[in-house]
Amino acid sequence: MTAPVLEMRNVDKSFGPIDVLHEISLKVHAGEVLCLLGDNGAGKSTLIRTLSGVHKPTRGEMLMDGEPVNFTNPKQAQQMGIATVHQFGGTYPLMSVGRNFFVGAEPTKGWGPFKVFDRQKANAIAVDAVQKFGITRITDGDRLVGGLSGGERQSLAIARAVHFGARVLILDEPTAALGVKQAAHVLRIVNEAKRRGLAVIFITHQVMHAMAVGDHFAVLIRGAIAADFRKGDKSREEIADLMAGGESMADLEASIEGYMETHEGHPPPAH
Amino acid sequence: MTMETTSQTSKPARPAATPSFSIGALFRRPEVGAFMGMVLVFVFFAYFGYDRNFLSPFGTSSWVNMASTIGIIAIPIGFLMIAGELDISIGAMVPAAKMSMAIACGFYGLPFVVGLLITFGIAFVVGWINGMLVTRTNVPSLIVTLATLFAVSGLTLFLSLLLTDTTSQALTSPPVAKFIFGDYHFWGFQSSVFWWIAIAAALYYVLHMSPWGNWILALGGDKESARNAGIPINKLKISLFILTAMAAALSGVCETVLSNSATTTTNFALIFNCIIAVVVGGVLLTGGFGTVAGVFFGTATLAIVQQGIGYTPFDRNLSSLIIGVMLLIAVLMNDTFRNMATSMSASKKGK
Repeated sequence: MTAPVLEMRNVDKSFGPIDVLHEISLKVHAGEVLCLLGDNGAGKSTLIRTLSGVHKPTRGEMLMDGEPVNFTNPKQAQQMGIATVHQFGGTYPLMSVGRNFFVGAEPTKGWGPFKVFDRQKANAIAVDAVQKFGITRITDGDRLVGGLSGGERQSLAIARAVHFGARVLILDEPTAALGVKQAAHVLRIVNEAKRRGLAVIFITHQVMHAMAVGDHFAVLIRGAIAADFRKGDKSREEIADLMAGGESMADLEASIEGYMETHEGHPPPAH
Repeated sequence: MTMETTSQTSKPARPAATPSFSIGALFRRPEVGAFMGMVLVFVFFAYFGYDRNFLSPFGTSSWVNMASTIGIIAIPIGFLMIAGELDISIGAMVPAAKMSMAIACGFYGLPFVVGLLITFGIAFVVGWINGMLVTRTNVPSLIVTLATLFAVSGLTLFLSLLLTDTTSQALTSPPVAKFIFGDYHFWGFQSSVFWWIAIAAALYYVLHMSPWGNWILALGGDKESARNAGIPINKLKISLFILTAMAAALSGVCETVLSNSATTTTNFALIFNCIIAVVVGGVLLTGGFGTVAGVFFGTATLAIVQQGIGYTPFDRNLSSLIIGVMLLIAVLMNDTFRNMATSMSASKKGK
């Protein structure tokens, strides 16, 4: 088996006295989707920022293709092929599809200081790239991105990352704010990225979405990996229970109901 | 979830969308609205001001001249607004530039070029301070530049009194400088009119044709994403503040050379005029959207109303009422246009 595209070995991250990440080890291979599951506050954001070069690990090491890497800034991580797509991130509603696609890497024509943004080329490449990802509804590169659906915008951002040579795709809650249909759309795009041999790290708290595309799962609780398993090893309920902090959802429900029975139908007070 | 069907549509028959006329594409251009507004206002004043020579060369140059002094500053202000910022310190930057010019060349008798260097040097520093304060502190630029508005205006007054003992200063410029910065040319057009057109052309290139334009739009659209995309957002913002202060200085130099004198009075009206011109020109107040042509037409519209009223039988004071109503209509229209621009493009499914 070839070396994983991206690997973390025993990574700790602390901000002053506060430990946010603890002994994180994970790896993702080319053409594989690693789903990172975790509730709010589990340290998902810090983990993403560490992976994408915003934070430096306090301890432990990161490897790409088996070689240790040390990112000092996000730009460096990007150049190594790590692309992070945030929720709705990277798209600008009042800019055209073509301009959106090339923000920060505009194709130009002309010479010297009089370089001109090559609108036609940008539009053609952008439309082609998103169509290859199955978004056939986008045919006009001059269209404003604000007119696209949430799923299409997310897909545009992913297509953009792939076009610019991403090898590792970090998707931060790409389906969180989307409806069922739109989410399915994004999941299809994730599958397509995987088919093209990208290593995908898919961060979510929606177990259903994770199970639809994931090959490998890791559950993050209070900054540590609580469970690490492959597709088909665990049921949906088990994963949901793990995410809730080991406490079984069924037990929780039972205890609430028990409380309500003895307290005239009132739910337990919030602490 | 299979991908086989969708992934292999590699070369779809894309309709030739470029040359065809579409309403959606029209609504994407905020300058269209600004242009229509300008034509409407122009026709109105041409009709009511025809008897009093609104359309004569002198009548035309009166509003074009006024537009030019605002327009030179309004376009950079528009850039800042597109990038999500604002600069109101221009109200003090213009008199500061006027006074530094008049004190350097009129009072101390330095060569004109030296006066220019000093003036634009001061403008550069003011712009840089604005930019640094906004990017380093994250205090809203309205507040930062409100502070620098008063600071610069106070400093101008203080230094003028300290150095020259007066608050107004005469300036005699050499003929060449007069010709370039402040003379009346054919039809009574001031030199600043040509500066306005040149700056509009140069900044049109920057916003709509160069890659920097894309950066400015992206910065105003989503700051974090722009940073992630590798755009040096702080440098870009600081440059825009410097550009604005320099443009204000240019406008001040043109005025001083034209009138051969300068005073320290802070120009509060100019601040509002610039903002009105930019908003009437279709720039989105929250950033991320706008065009140079729109601001150009917006400035012209404002000047037509303010100058044109004197050519009509109406009371002069009504011009402010018209401008107020116009501003409201413009903002409402901008919103409508923007919604149409996004929805029109989305609903053309089968195209």
